Amino acid sequence: MTSLRWRIAGHALALLATVLFGGLLSATLVRLAPGFDVDERELDPHLSAQSVQALRDARHQDHNVFRFYFSYMQRAADGDLGTSLALGQPVRRLLHDRVPLTLRLLSIGLGLAWLLTLTLSLTAAWLRLSIYDSLTTAVSGALLCIPAAVLALLSVLWNVPGSLAIGLIVFPHSYRYSRNLLVRAYSRPHIIAARAKGLGEARILFWHVVPVVTPQLLSVAGVSVSMAVGAAIPVEALCGLPGIGQLAWQAALARDLPLLVNITILVTLVTLLANSGADVIGHMVRSQEA
Amino acid sequence: MRGSMSFWRKLACALLVLVLAASSAANWLAPAGYAKQYRDATDAAPSHRHWLGTDELGRDRFARVLYGTRISLLLAPAAALLSTLMAALIGGLAGYLGGAWARMAMAVTDLFLSLPWLFLLITARALLPLNVSPLISVLVTFLLLGLLGWTAAARVLCTSAASLRTSDFVRQARAAGVPGQRLFWVHVVPNLKPVLYAQFWISIPVFILSEANLGILGLGVAEPMPSWGSLLKELEGLVSVGEEPWKFAPLILLVAVVTGFQLLLSKQEEVAA
Repeated sequence: MTSLRWRIAGHALALLATVLFGGLLSATLVRLAPGFDVDERELDPHLSAQSVQALRDARHQDHNVFRFYFSYMQRAADGDLGTSLALGQPVRRLLHDRVPLTLRLLSIGLGLAWLLTLTLSLTAAWLRLSIYDSLTTAVSGALLCIPAAVLALLSVLWNVPGSLAIGLIVFPHSYRYSRNLLVRAYSRPHIIAARAKGLGEARILFWHVVPVVTPQLLSVAGVSVSMAVGAAIPVEALCGLPGIGQLAWQAALARDLPLLVNITILVTLVTLLANSGADVIGHMVRSQEA
Repeated sequence: MRGSMSFWRKLACALLVLVLAASSAANWLAPAGYAKQYRDATDAAPSHRHWLGTDELGRDRFARVLYGTRISLLLAPAAALLSTLMAALIGGLAGYLGGAWARMAMAVTDLFLSLPWLFLLITARALLPLNVSPLISVLVTFLLLGLLGWTAAARVLCTSAASLRTSDFVRQARAAGVPGQRLFWVHVVPNLKPVLYAQFWISIPVFILSEANLGILGLGVAEPMPSWGSLLKELEGLVSVGEEPWKFAPLILLVAVVTGFQLLLSKQEEVAA
């Protein structure tokens, strides 16, 4: 129990460090990016010299990276994440409007990917037929060789939901690990002996295989969240789905750095939370087994 | 089974050599330069004059595929080399030094690894100017891939170097008074070579696919320079798959080349293990 608490505390500390370090890194990159200290409004001939000077003064406090970082973190703590330069809307509202769609897309996509992964890898481990194994490996290998953006385009052409594209992008990665884990678990001597003694497949699976592979499968599941979030960019951008991925793509094309930095920190937190959650649950399963 | 795998590897090798040779000979094989426009034949279907038709600006698609393949196939290994060297330096050194250095290096590595790869790429790409010359855009794209793609390899190398640090021959060398720097370059790095080769080969298809993703999203190589990413962007305008199948030529070539690398990879993974 104490080790679990330490583990959770460690993950919480890592999350906090990530936010602080990620914020500093992002602020530095934004500050050093070409065109940071340029405001095209200064070119407006209607503005007086005093107005131009006022615009310059408003940007003056952003010159120091650390001051820029602290003012950014202070505002973020108050819930003000700044304003998008390209869309002219508060970043907080933009994120609030688009997060639900992305979450729905990711949960359905991940669900599909894992359904396919577990079905195919379990049948591969059960059947132990080289033709079936070669076929599933070839399918997952082929999907691995197609760019995620092409799968997104094909989903538009075939008029299938974007979540299926996310599922197919994540599937080959999760299948590779899961298949190897399950095949290795099924080739353990005690399982071969159990099979030889006529133990039912369901009993072997739930009593002998699942406890062994669960912690590692959970780690793969944690990593698959990160993959799915990455896949959301091409899928949302090319399928015209107004989620966080599309917002990140629009921000990148418009070089809307305040928006992009906030999205990046949010995404990092989500993926870290997923990985930490998988690690903590895996630890709980292992300690229960022990 | 071993025989059949060897056959597939030979086939992959032959395919990669053929594609590399064809793209290297683009100046002779292509009917025109990649930017030459045939304004009388825009968006044309394949013909004896234009084997893969022309794009909407009247540029010969076959020529663009050849030149695009050359760019992707030359620069992806260059980016892979850069990322492998960075991984060797950061991961190898961290593993060799151990202690706080290793923990710090791996904490930074984990932070990078926790970020989705494409998110990291588009964020870094957006920090740089987008309206640059085509040549600069090619260099920026592949340089970014090389500079950001070292993390997974660094983790593997850190573990390998850490196990070497505690191995008997390194301990004996240290006890014999071999200086730390010499120990690293003469005894540790040469033993990391198989892992370095494997990481180099693993990175190439990853970078080819990443460039393709960036290109389709409009954040990769700038026009009129062709690359697999910018060529695949054409698929965006399709209404159905069967409408103009010749537009899938760059995709088929990309998938064939990445599959070729994946088949070769299994050999590299065996060597690394």
